[in-house]
Amino acid sequence: MTEERKITSTSFYQFLAEKKLMASRCKKCQALYLPPHPICIKCHGSDMEWVELKGNGKVAAFTAVSVGPTCTIAEGYNRNNPYLVGIVKMDEGPKICARIHGIDPKNPEKIKVGTPVKVEFMEHKEDARNYLVFQTA
Amino acid sequence: MSRKARKLARGVAIVGAGMSKFGAFPDKNSRDLFVEAFIEMTKSVDKGIDIKDIEALYVGNFSSDLFEGQGHVGPIMADWVGLVPKPVTRVEGACASGGISIRDGFIGIVSGLYDIVLVSGVEKMTYLPTERVTDTLAAAADNIYEGCPGFTFPGLYAAMATAYMAKYGATLEDFMRVGIKNHKNGALNPKAQFNKSIKDLMNARIEKTKQKGEPLPAWKDEFDFLKDPQANPTVAWPMKLFDCSPITDGAACLLLVAEDLAKNFTDKPIYIIGSGHGSDHALHEREDMTTIQSARVAAKEAYEMAGVTPQDIQIAEVHDCFTIAELVATEDVGFFKPGGAIKATKEGLTAREGAKPINTSGGLKSKGHPVGASGVGQVLEIWHQMRGTAGPRQVPRKDIRLALSHNVGATGGTCVVHIYERR
Repeated sequence: MTEERKITSTSFYQFLAEKKLMASRCKKCQALYLPPHPICIKCHGSDMEWVELKGNGKVAAFTAVSVGPTCTIAEGYNRNNPYLVGIVKMDEGPKICARIHGIDPKNPEKIKVGTPVKVEFMEHKEDARNYLVFQTA
Repeated sequence: MSRKARKLARGVAIVGAGMSKFGAFPDKNSRDLFVEAFIEMTKSVDKGIDIKDIEALYVGNFSSDLFEGQGHVGPIMADWVGLVPKPVTRVEGACASGGISIRDGFIGIVSGLYDIVLVSGVEKMTYLPTERVTDTLAAAADNIYEGCPGFTFPGLYAAMATAYMAKYGATLEDFMRVGIKNHKNGALNPKAQFNKSIKDLMNARIEKTKQKGEPLPAWKDEFDFLKDPQANPTVAWPMKLFDCSPITDGAACLLLVAEDLAKNFTDKPIYIIGSGHGSDHALHEREDMTTIQSARVAAKEAYEMAGVTPQDIQIAEVHDCFTIAELVATEDVGFFKPGGAIKATKEGLTAREGAKPINTSGGLKSKGHPVGASGVGQVLEIWHQMRGTAGPRQVPRKDIRLALSHNVGATGGTCVVHIYERR
């Protein structure tokens, strides 16, 4: 039962591995949180429930990273092979950071804020870091 | 829900200030840098300071733990300047660690607990290779939700820049203008890591090419130079190398005393008349990603405490860790309306000769950004400008009576604003 999972980042990433993008919702004021918050930061209520999002959104901000941290260098990214990471505003309202696929990171000047994207669930290898990806719609 | 404005129980003055040279120094660790700043501070006190009279220390430091494998730096700094067994507190607020150190020392004096306090900041960053500095700085972001998908620190400011471009129509040239201005100021600052203008750097590159007998680059001006990906490679688009502050070693400190004691140390004290401190959500949780709530909250608190308005401020040092950050900063502290910093910078209002000089020190961009020390380093510039000792970079308008510093931690998780007065 998904509803019984605690509202934690561990649960959020477990859901992601199960191909579910889950937000938390305050039962008192209906505020929706992605990433999930355990306490409502609007009304301070702590009676929260899980809500599955449809996975559609728009790029609200982005960057093509040429100088990455050690973990993305290990993935094979570098100055000549940048990656796109952005902040996606979900149709349901909240925003989240994610890797963005389907757009050429070498031509970032062509990318528009507002580009529609859809969540893409990666097959995560055991040793790979679990992260969220959106694909251009 | 707003907090009511408070009256200070008593005033606080800066009577001494010192900083190390900012740069990359293979032969200096954090304690060496700290001692360098401390010695300059003791010499700056016009009527002298007996070190034994310093009652407490605050040390701003982001991460000596990761940068040089040294935690618990407070007592080490206290020991190296001869202040053990005085109480020392290390404070951490990412790149705003220095600003919080000033704030905590200020509170210590206002409360009546101490009369004489040393506030400071120190960071030794250059032992690590760039990718591990990137890792360490990214630790100041939300590791689980920003770091995991691959956001770097420059990447988060770059994202802010794309939101700012989409909302206000800013261009890459608008960001470049901030870097050109700050390097021009830094060229006049002997303590700056890059005390060269971008034009100087461009001409040096042309000269080098000439000597090698290679074909000369066709750069007509600084903008041409900055648009050349060979000269100015992308770090995290749209932030290029010359949009980013450098990796820096450095330390800075200030001697704060209770207002009624100030004249025992100098006839020209600088009073801290407003102090503000706020926090913000991670970038993705902000309704508007082109403004930093912590900065707005901190500025409001400081202005109300000081009883002044943004229009009254004559010079300011703001947190330009990236060029986009200076545009956002000058709007957040109320100098310009949202989006208005683009035009103000283009028209030269924020230049050293302009109506509202911003970052006359060269800013973090050119002076350097030893993260934990930067918030204190900013005040060194204000100290010199207000006392008329800024040398060749002294602003043309000599009688500076009110100044402001704005120091941000990470993408704005923390911000500290202080307002200074010369009476």
